[in-house]
Amino acid sequence: MLGKLTWGAIPWDQPIPLIAGAVVFALFFAVVVWVIVKGHLPYLWHEWITSVDHKRIGVMYVMLGLVMLFRGFIDALMIRSQQALAFHAAGYLPPEHYNQVFSAHGTIMIFFAAMPLVIGLMNFAVPLQLGVRDVAFPTLNSTSFWLTATGALLVNISLVIGEFARTGWLPYPPLSETQYSPGVGVDYYDWALLISGVGTLMTGINFVTTILKIRAPGMSYLRMSMFCWTSLAANLLIVAAFPILTATLAMLTLDRYLGFHFFTNEAGGNMMMFINLIWAWGHPEVYILVLPAFGIFSEVISTFSGKPLFGYRSMVIATMFICIVSFMVWLHHFFTMGSGGDVNAVFGIATSVIAVGTGVKVYNWLFTMYGGRIRYATPMMWSVAFIVTFIIGGMTGVLLAVPPADFMLHNSLFLVAHFHNVIIGGVVFAVMAGITYWFPKAFGFRLHEGWGKAVFWLSVVGFYAVFIPLYGAGLLGMTRRLQHYDFALWRPWVLAAGFGMIFLVGSAVAQVIQLVVSYRQRELLRDELGDPWDGRSLEWATTSPPPAFNFAVLPNVSNEEPYWEMKRGAIEAQQMSAEPDYKPIEMPHNSPTGFITAFFSTITGFALIWHIWWLVGVGLVAAYAVFVWFAWRDIEEYEIPAAEVARLDRERRAPRARWLERNAAGRPA
Amino acid sequence: MLPSRDGAKAGTPCVVFRTFSGRVTLVSFLAAILAGCSGGVLEPKGPVGGANALILLDAVCIMCVIGVPTMIAVLVFAWWYRADNTRARRRPDFVHSGRIELLVWSIPILVIMFLGGVIWIGAHELDPFHPISALASTNPQEKPNPQPNTPPQSKTLEVQVVSLDWKWLFIYPDQGIASVNEIVVPVGTPVHFSITSASVMNMFFVPQLGSMIAAMNGMVTQLHLQADHPGDYYGLSSQYSGDGFSGMHFLMRAVPADEFARWVATTKAEGPTLDRAGYEQLAQQSQDVKPFTYRAIDSNIFHAVTTLEIAPGPGPGPSVAPPQVRPRGAD
Repeated sequence: MLGKLTWGAIPWDQPIPLIAGAVVFALFFAVVVWVIVKGHLPYLWHEWITSVDHKRIGVMYVMLGLVMLFRGFIDALMIRSQQALAFHAAGYLPPEHYNQVFSAHGTIMIFFAAMPLVIGLMNFAVPLQLGVRDVAFPTLNSTSFWLTATGALLVNISLVIGEFARTGWLPYPPLSETQYSPGVGVDYYDWALLISGVGTLMTGINFVTTILKIRAPGMSYLRMSMFCWTSLAANLLIVAAFPILTATLAMLTLDRYLGFHFFTNEAGGNMMMFINLIWAWGHPEVYILVLPAFGIFSEVISTFSGKPLFGYRSMVIATMFICIVSFMVWLHHFFTMGSGGDVNAVFGIATSVIAVGTGVKVYNWLFTMYGGRIRYATPMMWSVAFIVTFIIGGMTGVLLAVPPADFMLHNSLFLVAHFHNVIIGGVVFAVMAGITYWFPKAFGFRLHEGWGKAVFWLSVVGFYAVFIPLYGAGLLGMTRRLQHYDFALWRPWVLAAGFGMIFLVGSAVAQVIQLVVSYRQRELLRDELGDPWDGRSLEWATTSPPPAFNFAVLPNVSNEEPYWEMKRGAIEAQQMSAEPDYKPIEMPHNSPTGFITAFFSTITGFALIWHIWWLVGVGLVAAYAVFVWFAWRDIEEYEIPAAEVARLDRERRAPRARWLERNAAGRPA
Repeated sequence: MLPSRDGAKAGTPCVVFRTFSGRVTLVSFLAAILAGCSGGVLEPKGPVGGANALILLDAVCIMCVIGVPTMIAVLVFAWWYRADNTRARRRPDFVHSGRIELLVWSIPILVIMFLGGVIWIGAHELDPFHPISALASTNPQEKPNPQPNTPPQSKTLEVQVVSLDWKWLFIYPDQGIASVNEIVVPVGTPVHFSITSASVMNMFFVPQLGSMIAAMNGMVTQLHLQADHPGDYYGLSSQYSGDGFSGMHFLMRAVPADEFARWVATTKAEGPTLDRAGYEQLAQQSQDVKPFTYRAIDSNIFHAVTTLEIAPGPGPGPSVAPPQVRPRGAD
């Protein structure tokens, strides 16, 4: 009846996951009770859970990402403290638990923290910057989000029911085959990523379609904002790379469930096939994360320097160059597998060639700042810290692309420090900048600057305090994923890195305080104008927060910085353009399709993990039925009457007209 | 002989950069990280490690030539063009310049072309599959390496390496002995490792001697190393392989030739025999195994493991009693 699931699946003897699970469940239960008692459930259901509005979905993605970032950070604390304690000692985490912790850390951080954060910001900002009302397939977008949430949920269920993978975040066979990993850990990993991978692929299709087919009138490709360009590149990579991940994990699943031999030791299987395939996805994946980050920095640096982006066309070329070359470098993840001089050399050179594209970007940001009038709000501080940090990360990356150097540093803590250097210094810094930058657009009030700066300094200092020592430990030959060690030379570096975590804990606390303080002072931080940073792209042309339809009338675009031009025009004319002729707007209906599909996908995934076959059938049939029900719906859209559109747009125009009056002299153009 | 760190010869890619004056400043820049790194990959004790480390440092230097000025420029621009600096000249319309575009594309391209040369030559000369002596022959200007501990034309020592769950088995086919989690080699002699895995993937790595290489079931990888100085070198698996992975470290003892001969003789005198039954017992999962030796071996074991004639390690299945072994020095 329940397959492999028994009471024994719950780790009664392990206090850490049990207490963590109990606390999380209690919190979740308390929130649900509070929502129901206070009568917020209809609001939550109609305005968020079933919403197909790209802005709402973007916000939910970011919230999911932040919660998972917190979970992954707890894992990181456990890893660093275990290693700090485990010199000539067992530490407090036995291998079978520690190995789950670092596997979960990597999996959660990449798939359920970094990806949702980046996709969330794309969801929020891309349609606004394109000057349109929504993405191409709004309900699909909602389904993508909920399937990602399904994956995150499955990974977290493994904390208290069964176990998570003990294979590292990429389950290399044959260790991940049934013979060496008979438990359900790898199955949790497989099904979580197979299900959320479908969601990510749909996001990719959705955004490629949106960017290629739906743009404001007059917005040619070379008038799109840099963030739209980098999002296009990232989503093209998703469309090309995620099927590889899904196929690879499907093959591993066939090995595990049906006795296939794709990657086994015996019967002609070969682990090298898995490693090639997983990195053919895995390397583009890092560019899926970091290209949108480059886009965010391009927006922020240009806005806060008060200048258009320097060398826009060069930036576009560099972006697409990185997009293509990122598919030709995967082998640098295993130079040490013995491919021979020719192969290693070709992939080493291809890898360092990517640095050309990145180098061009760095110089263009540099010259965007040159001659600018730089305002140091928090997003700009993250950007400057990013450029410097990313140069270091880029250099250590190119170093690892040199095969003889990689022969000494592969899989060491030097490597760990390198990819944290580019992912924290690149993606996380970008996400922090992006959240601060677009927060007022999403919620109508800015985040508290003082606490934002505290988060910034603690994060930057903490990052260097943790990862510079890990570079040192790696140069001493310390490999990653050690549960204990007895080589005395490594110890000071490991202790230093553990000490550095204190700063990062501080930054996490400061981040929570910032959100609370900002919410309490929201009237003080109110953004009435809809343009808090003197912005240049179209998202600042609408109110904060924008109405469901984003723009009452789609803007006409005639250059790369449409809103800046609009603003200049209005300031010169000392008045707003004439009120347009408002027309009713059709918007897509809310739909619970995504939520219900994801609900049944969660059941299906859980049942597959525990071999509860009847439940697998129930889940699959129900998920398919939801899809059919959605496909046969009669009413797809509702109409917002012209009067309502006019009312909302007048609300947008009034503060702007007042602002123009106050600044009748106009700022220097 | 491959150039060691103390004696790089003309013709290696690294020497080109040795003359570069920037190197001096960069050494001081790197000092912060490198200061405490004695004992690691930057203090190599053999020709392969020396050449790897030299390329590593050269690559760092090449990149710093461009990276450090860029970082400084970023900080300087970010500071100088701050909004409240009244002395900064604002150029809000400076958004394109053909000359700068040319510069920002050509600087990275030139650096990468240069580095590409280092990568190409390094990847070929230091391919772990290449014998150390063959490396020397690729370089006609090479003269015999005046290493005091290197006897000329020393015969290569053959060692077969099997990674097991979770320990290392070292088989000396020519000597007819084997050891677990400890390896003794004569100093100054090239060692040829043939490496495979009995079960899951591992990676054989002795940081101070040079390159690491993967150990995979059903496949044999090759590695050539040489210790130029006597000493105990820390070795480990640098590929996570499961619960007992952290205990998969070993000592590589480089000793003078006569001491090596004595060790072989002592080893032959006592200890268990590595036959099929002994091997299958050893292949059971066990953690933190103390080093021990086998006085005799079935010379076909390595071949049988690589061809899967002996089935891959059993994993965490029904457990069998661990091998009855006596830790070294217990007698």
